[in-house]
Amino acid sequence: MSSEIELLVNKDYQYGFSTDIEADQLPPGLDEGVVRAISARKNEPEWMLDWRLKAFRRWQQMTEPHWSNVKYPKIDYQAISYYSAPRSAKPLASLDELDPKIRETYDKLGIPLQEQKLLAGVAVDAVFDSVSVGTTYKAELKKHGVIFCSFAEAVREYPELVRRYLGSVVPYSDNFFAALNSAVFSDGSFVYVPKGVRCPMELSTYFRINAADTGQFERTLIVADEGAYVSYLEGCTAPKRSTNQLHAAVVELVALDRATVKYSTVQNWYAGDEHGVGGIYNFVTKRGKAFAGSRISWTQVETGSAITWKYPSVILQGDNSTGEFYSVAVVNNHQQADTGTKMIHIGRNTKSNIVSKGISAGQGNNSYRGQVKVMPKAEGARNYTQCDSMLIGNRCGAHTFPYVEVQNNTAIVEHEASTSKIGEDQIFYCKQRGLSGEQAVSMIVSGFCREVFKELPMEFALEAQQLLGITLEGSVG
Amino acid sequence: MATAFLKQFTNLEPEGPAWLTAIRQRAIARFGDVGFPTTRNEDWHFTSPAPIAEATFEPMRAPTGLPDESTLAALLPGTADWIRLVFVNGRFAPTLSRPDAAGGVKVMSLAAAYREEPSLLEYHLTQRADIVDPAQVFTAINTAFMADGAVVQVQPGVSTPVPIHLLFLTDDAATGGVSHPRVLLVAEPGSNATVVEQYASLGGSRYLTNAVTEAWVGDGSTLHHIRLQQEARDAFHVGTTAVHQERDSHFLSFSFATGAALSRINIFSGLHGRGCGATLNGLYILGGSQHCDHQTRIVHAQPDCYSRELYKGVLDDASHGVFNGKVYVHPEAQKTDGKQTNNTLLLSERARIDTKPQLEIFADDVKCTHGATVGRIDETALFYMKSRGIPNTQARKLLTYAFAAEVLETIPVDILRDGLERMALERFTGTTDA
Repeated sequence: MSSEIELLVNKDYQYGFSTDIEADQLPPGLDEGVVRAISARKNEPEWMLDWRLKAFRRWQQMTEPHWSNVKYPKIDYQAISYYSAPRSAKPLASLDELDPKIRETYDKLGIPLQEQKLLAGVAVDAVFDSVSVGTTYKAELKKHGVIFCSFAEAVREYPELVRRYLGSVVPYSDNFFAALNSAVFSDGSFVYVPKGVRCPMELSTYFRINAADTGQFERTLIVADEGAYVSYLEGCTAPKRSTNQLHAAVVELVALDRATVKYSTVQNWYAGDEHGVGGIYNFVTKRGKAFAGSRISWTQVETGSAITWKYPSVILQGDNSTGEFYSVAVVNNHQQADTGTKMIHIGRNTKSNIVSKGISAGQGNNSYRGQVKVMPKAEGARNYTQCDSMLIGNRCGAHTFPYVEVQNNTAIVEHEASTSKIGEDQIFYCKQRGLSGEQAVSMIVSGFCREVFKELPMEFALEAQQLLGITLEGSVG
Repeated sequence: MATAFLKQFTNLEPEGPAWLTAIRQRAIARFGDVGFPTTRNEDWHFTSPAPIAEATFEPMRAPTGLPDESTLAALLPGTADWIRLVFVNGRFAPTLSRPDAAGGVKVMSLAAAYREEPSLLEYHLTQRADIVDPAQVFTAINTAFMADGAVVQVQPGVSTPVPIHLLFLTDDAATGGVSHPRVLLVAEPGSNATVVEQYASLGGSRYLTNAVTEAWVGDGSTLHHIRLQQEARDAFHVGTTAVHQERDSHFLSFSFATGAALSRINIFSGLHGRGCGATLNGLYILGGSQHCDHQTRIVHAQPDCYSRELYKGVLDDASHGVFNGKVYVHPEAQKTDGKQTNNTLLLSERARIDTKPQLEIFADDVKCTHGATVGRIDETALFYMKSRGIPNTQARKLLTYAFAAEVLETIPVDILRDGLERMALERFTGTTDA
């Protein structure tokens, strides 16, 4: 292994700083009082509190699932603080009023919070610990009738929309972590794109966990009305801490007839150090419901988190709907990832396409777990799945668990998977053309992931490529 | 059924050596602890053993009479010169058997082996098949109850000139009963043998066959194992084959399944020496409301081994096929080359397939692929055949046969391959001379 690579491998997590600001934090522990306190702090209407309480009661009866291929010590749900907000968080008249310290944080992260600095033309909703601290480009979006605001604001301002769609894709009783999220979610983003509107810019949320010993439970709800189009990006970081922090988010996408929703994630939560100490447990439920002729596309680049456990899924309910899943998941050191997708074909002539690229290095373990289910009525359903794994070193693992369940004989389902390593002959060829070993590896890896990166919006694709480089560099010699 | 089995065990007369009695007790205790699996057990996710667990099976009654030679010959034509052991309703039928101790291969019933080969049994019997895993309680039950079965030992360097045929039959008296056949195959170093294990029915309904086969494939030896599951259409069949492979050995398995209402076939091979090869192929042809579940597991524990797997299914009516193929590659198993394919043809709109090809890889210098496809008959091929004047129904049948024939062709025993091809052809086209 070259010294240059070694240097790069040992490169610190560059987003590992923490911001010293006063926070309004609930003491650790979870009971009905905490759920009520969170709801009260957010001035929520009665129906919202009822929904949370229903979820909480359901959660109490549920047990933590352990079927995934990841190992972690038992989580003490009573040791987590379920609400942490920057002290100064109160409704802001304009972004200029934002706490300078928070703004500094986002500047360090490279989030263009200030509109004037915004060349990228991306509207950003930034979530700091549990609350949303500001949404840019709100006015511009309003002109097109697009609603893009924090979840708390949506509950206050657009209750009829929230009530109609909240839980319609991921019910509060869906699974253990979704129920927990439904009970204690503090904020998140809400998007509504009206009929026939093509959202004029990429929407984006940046999540950051700052306070120690807190969990982040955000909830995102995106509704694209008939014929609408929206592309949404999500990024995540957290400071370095030696304890594990829980992140249990829920994302619901609704694509009504002929609508398109594109959801891209670059997940770079703190992954823990090289000995596997600390890091984020990323236990997320993401699901979309596609109505007739609509399209839902998930793209994810997972480089962070000590443990990633998520399956962005699409319920292809309407006829002629399409679901897509493009994923790159990288694990290094002691990271573990169990990720994949579910495509549930219910409507006729539904299509789904899955491309998953897993890269394992160090002592990381990467699992692809995917389900393609064709229901008896899904005539003419079509699925193509490709999942490739690359192993770097012999202390890591790559696993594939595809479930193919077909109940209609007009369906065509194909699944292909391969596992390989970077060939010495490939490296030799590149070197012989004048590239260094590192350049060769980075070129081969980015070629391996190309099909997924090309689905990402431009600025994210660049970030993703860099992240991949940082996560992997030095693991190949 | 769980309590019935536990009760049956207390009434069981201990058979075999003392060391086996202790293992039997451990096995029944394990079953008592874990009980039957449910669909919550990942390995039983798509197959509910409830129809077996909720029914009560008495120990299988003795046959009413023994079949004649022509009946036997019809089950597998052209095998008159094969070494053969016949079991009816779980009991060894010496008069129908042609064991052969000459020519370097010992073929005997389990009861005879207790007397004649105690050290061979102590070394191998119950050593290959897992009784601890809650998903494998049927193996534990077999271990507790095993009464009769076959033992085959191929001497070092010997190639058996003819295949060894192990035939497990049921007759009318089998109805409502359960048998636990146990087979032990030992291929000593440098040997080469073909074993055909056939489960067929001459009568009887709603019985359960709970079979376990253990095999040890020594250094540089080759074992062909062909398994035919042709039980009565309303019977239950659970069969496990557990194989241990030594250096440079080859294990080639073929599982052919057309019978039983509910069947579950496990084929597990552990590659414990360098340079081993494992080839697991299979074909399941189902109709009515049949349910057939194949679970295969190949464990690559040493470097430089390869594995090949091709399973095909033809599902008609409201039948339900399940395939779960696991390939494990241990960290030390570098240069592993693994390939796994599962193709299923759905002939009816009510047929259902659940397939789960699974890879778990811990070594980096490996080449592993798997693929699965599900679909119906290729419209383009059908159109081509119709354009050449072949009627629609006939074309469909021929294409179905061709789909199945690809995997049948891998069977190394000519007579058997031709027999099964003829059978498939008859089933799909209604004639044997297409």
